[in-house]
Amino acid sequence: MPTTANAFADVTASDSTLRRFLHGLPGVDPVGLEARAASLGTRSIKTTAKAYAIDLAISMIDLTTLEGADTPGKVRALAAKAVNPDPTDRTTPRTAAVCVYPDMVATAKAGLAGTDVKVASVATAFPAGRAALDVKLADVRDAVAAGADEIDMVIDRGAFLAGHYLKVHEEITAVKEASGAARLKVIFETGELSTYDNIRRASWLGMLGGADFIKTSTGKVAVNATPANTLLMLEAVRDFRAQTGIQIGVKPAGGIRSTKDAIKFLVLVNETAGADWLDNHWFRFGASSLLNDLLMQRQKLATGRYSGPDYVTVD
Amino acid sequence: MASAFEYAPAPESRAVVDIKPSYGLFIDGEFTDAADGQVFKTVSPSTEEVLSEVARAGAEDVDRAVAAARKAFEKWSALPGAERAKYLFRIARLVQERSRELAVLETLDNGKPIKETRDVDLPLVAAHFFYYAGWADKLDHAGYGANPRPLGVAGQVIPWNFPLLMLAWKIAPALATGNTVVLKPAETTPLSALFFADICRQAGLPKGVVNILPGYGDVGAALVGHEGIDKVAFTGSTAVGKEIARTVAGTRKKLTLELGGKGANIVFDDAPIDQAVEGIVSGIFFNQGQVCCAGSRLLVQESIQDELLDALKRRLTTLRLGDPLDKNTDIGAINSAEQLARITALADTGEAEGAERWSPACELPSAGYWFAPTLFTNVTQAHTVARDEIFGPVLSVLSFRTPDEAVAKANNSQYGLSAGIWTEKGSRMLAVANKLRAGVVWANTFNKFDPTSPFGGYKESGFGREGGRHGLEAYLDV
Repeated sequence: MPTTANAFADVTASDSTLRRFLHGLPGVDPVGLEARAASLGTRSIKTTAKAYAIDLAISMIDLTTLEGADTPGKVRALAAKAVNPDPTDRTTPRTAAVCVYPDMVATAKAGLAGTDVKVASVATAFPAGRAALDVKLADVRDAVAAGADEIDMVIDRGAFLAGHYLKVHEEITAVKEASGAARLKVIFETGELSTYDNIRRASWLGMLGGADFIKTSTGKVAVNATPANTLLMLEAVRDFRAQTGIQIGVKPAGGIRSTKDAIKFLVLVNETAGADWLDNHWFRFGASSLLNDLLMQRQKLATGRYSGPDYVTVD
Repeated sequence: MASAFEYAPAPESRAVVDIKPSYGLFIDGEFTDAADGQVFKTVSPSTEEVLSEVARAGAEDVDRAVAAARKAFEKWSALPGAERAKYLFRIARLVQERSRELAVLETLDNGKPIKETRDVDLPLVAAHFFYYAGWADKLDHAGYGANPRPLGVAGQVIPWNFPLLMLAWKIAPALATGNTVVLKPAETTPLSALFFADICRQAGLPKGVVNILPGYGDVGAALVGHEGIDKVAFTGSTAVGKEIARTVAGTRKKLTLELGGKGANIVFDDAPIDQAVEGIVSGIFFNQGQVCCAGSRLLVQESIQDELLDALKRRLTTLRLGDPLDKNTDIGAINSAEQLARITALADTGEAEGAERWSPACELPSAGYWFAPTLFTNVTQAHTVARDEIFGPVLSVLSFRTPDEAVAKANNSQYGLSAGIWTEKGSRMLAVANKLRAGVVWANTFNKFDPTSPFGGYKESGFGREGGRHGLEAYLDV
């Protein structure tokens, strides 16, 4: 299996080679990109296809709590929910992971002990990413030491927008190293990068730096995951695999609240990156309220009627 | 390994449309049998099921329809524009209210996917009536002087590829300007025009303002040759267009023709590749390529040819061909056995002349008229598939080296209806657009329509413009 480092050694050799490479990527026509995302959004997913999509979506959730008010009790409740999303139906799949701040990793880990649900931790001075590299790396090591299986880092958007691509690249590679065996998700905060051309460049920058996942957003800004920015990132991982043989995951996060929305994203995955990505090893939803809507829709499919919010657990 | 995400069938309900076993002609506000009692059957191209039996108009019926339109013209043209607008607005709203029914009907009679009739055809039909309704009381300000006069009775002959939309393109401007019409829909797709006749009745449109004569080429010829009409508007093949031009030559009749095309879709090396691939797909596979302005020639800069073709082929493997009523169908049926035979023959010619043929693996239904999406590579300007209009889901791929060569090859066609340019460089986009001899030039998009935009051809693609302010001129005595 080829490694990213040697395949692109010449690209990441200097700031100017990296800039030339990123600016040489094909441009993105925003109208066309959004039209394609909207057109895939009209796919009609019914009956057996819907049941498949709902279970798949549940299994892809990084069940998230990232609040200043997070307590051990809140995190334990979330972990219990991830392991057993619907107490009335034990056939419901578990979520992929629970996503918390580094100081809550140990609590989450304990709550998930003996299950295959992963613990993901945001790090690197999430969500702004405004701290010295040493501080960011200490944040990552702390999360990993506490048992995090996955690290969700934020890139330095200031450096990216200032054109200091090599700085962003070096930060990603340093975090990758500090993550050790933990899988690394690189968050671009697409809402701050603003243009689709920037999102494509950031995607390649993340993949070149050794990201295991590329992720849209922190969920903390006005514009988070959208069908268009996720479609664009799916094109990036598709093209990266075609070129290097290396498969990279995608995680849209923030703003995906309904089953209908989640299914639209799965259609994007299916018809852009392809069936190989229809697995929680390669695609995740960063979400919290989405899970309960999926559970209500799942109950509706099973029983033929809507149960309502009192029939799913609120944690 | 993930299991595949198989989309379950998601058919639109047929129950929303009630197709009667038989239909008459629509003359002077009434449905009536043909004078000679002739009828013909219309079938669903995706299943070959007979949908209905329709009266077949003949020369005598043309006399009746033209007389009705002539009689109605006096009062209709004398109405204040604002009053005519009321009828057009009412028709537009009725089309919107009945759009689901009309979309299903059109999909059944034409074979195109419900996704297209629902999201493209019907919204555009309503938009056209709304747009020209807005002009009816503003003709003084259209740039043709004060109080421009209508021509009289318009004889209109429309094709089968966008049956209701082409009807809207013809009828909306004609009525807004104060003309009355006799319209002949294509013999393979008469139903939506007859449903439209019902909408005219629902809207309370005065009798005789709109007359519909379903039938074959003979009645079309009788209509355009009729002494009592003042204007001929035709959309269809270049061969028939030439015949009509000969018939009309030397008469008082004003003529607009919207004919064939062999649109060039030009992709430069700095194009937004993923969106260009989408544009190529919608350029040639929208409506199974049965579109006069289809981007049927792909001109790609040689330096990115392999990369683009790989991406295009990968994309074509995701197209879903099948039941046109399924909401997830991308590619529907070919409209008729005759058209299928024509596409098949031209594709065979392409192969015989040495072009390389490629189609994604796709299973064609056993009944109905179907043709797999097809690419031809290694095509040169000398190949038949690069010159002749195929009017089907067949794309010919040619390469170029420089912008000048791209323009020269794009213009090297007997046609000049549409073209597309794909580049992220604005200056190139504008420079190339100015040099292309095509009525419509799309930049970083393809097959986008809007009632405010004039549409029409250069060279053998016809003359006159439909849509926009320009579209009024064809129906005014100016």
